[in-house]
Amino acid sequence: MIDWEALVLSARLATATTAILLVVAVPLAAWLAWSRRRWTVVVEAVVALPLVLPPTVLGYYLLAATGTRSPVGRWWYETTGSTLAFSFTGLLVASVLYSLPFAVQPLLAAFAGVDRTLLDAAAVLGRGWWQTLLRVALPLARAGAATAAVLTFAHTVGEFGVVLMVGGNIPGETRTASVAVYDAVQALDDAAAARTSLVLLGFSLVVLTATYALQRRARPRVLP
Amino acid sequence: MREHPEPRGPREPGAAPSLDVHVRRGPVDARLTVPLDGVTVLFGPSGAGKTTLLRAVAGLGEGDGVAVRFGDEQWDGGRRRTPARARRTGYVTQSPGLFPHLDVRDNVAFGLHGRRWAGPRGRRPDDAGRAGAVPHADPHRRVLECLGLVGAEHLADRRVTTLSGGEAQRVALARALAPRPRLLLLDEPLSGLDGPAREALRTDLRSLLVSEGVPTLLVTHDRTEALALADRVAVVVAGTVRQVGPPTAVFDRPADADVAGVVGVETVADGVVTGGADGLVRVRAGGAELTALAEPAPVAGTHVLVCVRAQDVVLERSPGPSSARNHLLGVVRTVTPQGALVRVDVRCGESFDLAAYVTRPAVDELGLRPGVAVAAAVKAPAVHLVERPGPVRPVRP
Repeated sequence: MIDWEALVLSARLATATTAILLVVAVPLAAWLAWSRRRWTVVVEAVVALPLVLPPTVLGYYLLAATGTRSPVGRWWYETTGSTLAFSFTGLLVASVLYSLPFAVQPLLAAFAGVDRTLLDAAAVLGRGWWQTLLRVALPLARAGAATAAVLTFAHTVGEFGVVLMVGGNIPGETRTASVAVYDAVQALDDAAAARTSLVLLGFSLVVLTATYALQRRARPRVLP
Repeated sequence: MREHPEPRGPREPGAAPSLDVHVRRGPVDARLTVPLDGVTVLFGPSGAGKTTLLRAVAGLGEGDGVAVRFGDEQWDGGRRRTPARARRTGYVTQSPGLFPHLDVRDNVAFGLHGRRWAGPRGRRPDDAGRAGAVPHADPHRRVLECLGLVGAEHLADRRVTTLSGGEAQRVALARALAPRPRLLLLDEPLSGLDGPAREALRTDLRSLLVSEGVPTLLVTHDRTEALALADRVAVVVAGTVRQVGPPTAVFDRPADADVAGVVGVETVADGVVTGGADGLVRVRAGGAELTALAEPAPVAGTHVLVCVRAQDVVLERSPGPSSARNHLLGVVRTVTPQGALVRVDVRCGESFDLAAYVTRPAVDELGLRPGVAVAAAVKAPAVHLVERPGPVRPVRP
């Protein structure tokens, strides 16, 4: 049968990750795009780490940070009675971190491309940093925001290595679709693997097509 | 740099509030002090540093090397830098800079928000007389009011991307004026426009600035614009301010050779149109009557600035019949050698001073010395008129 539980879990994880990241990445990307301080390059490098590090390395560090031996993991265990690692919440935290560059980079490029005279105009007209970001820059960077959302969603659905290490393959909790397919193949259940994979493929294709269509409409108009 | 000595400039004791700017950055070392009153034009060739000065006053760009004092508020150069959004200025650049994702109405209303600028008005010198309504109790009406000032009410619901250059620039002006700024900063506002649109906006701009009474700093490298719009002119050459004064003084009596080269017109005088027909216009300036060429001819009574280049003036011992329409009788006041030429200043009529460039041999042949009577001949096309709605305001230099 089709492993709906795993598919729904993947969708939940991707949606939650995308929502959180859009809130986090927008101000971060704007700050990186407009700040004149030179040490922002360090921050950019740190943000880009998940693009370069092997998922197992990422997974190891995340486990170390959220396991019960770490301060964060211990606090979580004491507060909620369950571990942060090998839970959906733990997976969500890991997911946000490893998808960070996919959200930040398109937004950064879009913000850097906003005409500076418009930002200057907003400042002189009395708007502060946040107001300028939300009322001027973000509407003009709609395409970048759409790209960020698409890439984040897609990347989260497709992640495997980190999910396995940090999630622990718990059905209904951390056993995402990508892990479910791996399990089915390992168990030589070819039919299950094929069915789940097909649904995942179809779903991803539909989501991606829809979001690229939105992105096309959101492209800012060129002045005559 | 954070600490910076306060810029000092010549100022009468007990004078009205003034704007002091000092920018020291790279090739620019410009200091300017002007009263917050009327229209001050920063005039000079491109790249002279005028835009740098203007942006420093607006609070845009880096704050190092900059000291700005507005009245008794230290905006830059003191302990804390006042951010651009807190300065209550209006800023219009060469490209309108309208927000493309908003329509005209929302653009103009962009600076009207919250109760930030409600309450006591700014320190504008002419504020005292006005009835003190809270400025933005009704932003909707204020938007229409401002669009009306710039002649753009009919554009209120248009998308910004559909506007022509002239229309967009008018909307940008309305947007800058809507929040009742204490200081208006215009950076070559007409440069992006072509012929008719440019002239139309220039005339409307002058009327607008006079009627609104907002102290204005306007940057331009166009001589006609400077003459048409300014109550005082500050000439900026190669990063420094060389001369500040009323347009007639600056253009007529440039302080040094660089300024003279930049302003390029030796005789500029106030005049009134007395009549005209068929493209010829008669003007009275300082007691002298001149004929100029102007199409379309301004109506009688129009205040104009009369501009004549010294190289277009021919001096004769006595007037004789010639094609030139202007023959002015006068007395030589000064004779100043300037390189290969000699500048001869002639007083015609009661107070019309005409400058002429003649060669040294000519000076000797005609015996031109101070006190000698001469006739000056000027062709009608060489008398250039710049219209100014309303006379030049008698502002402090």
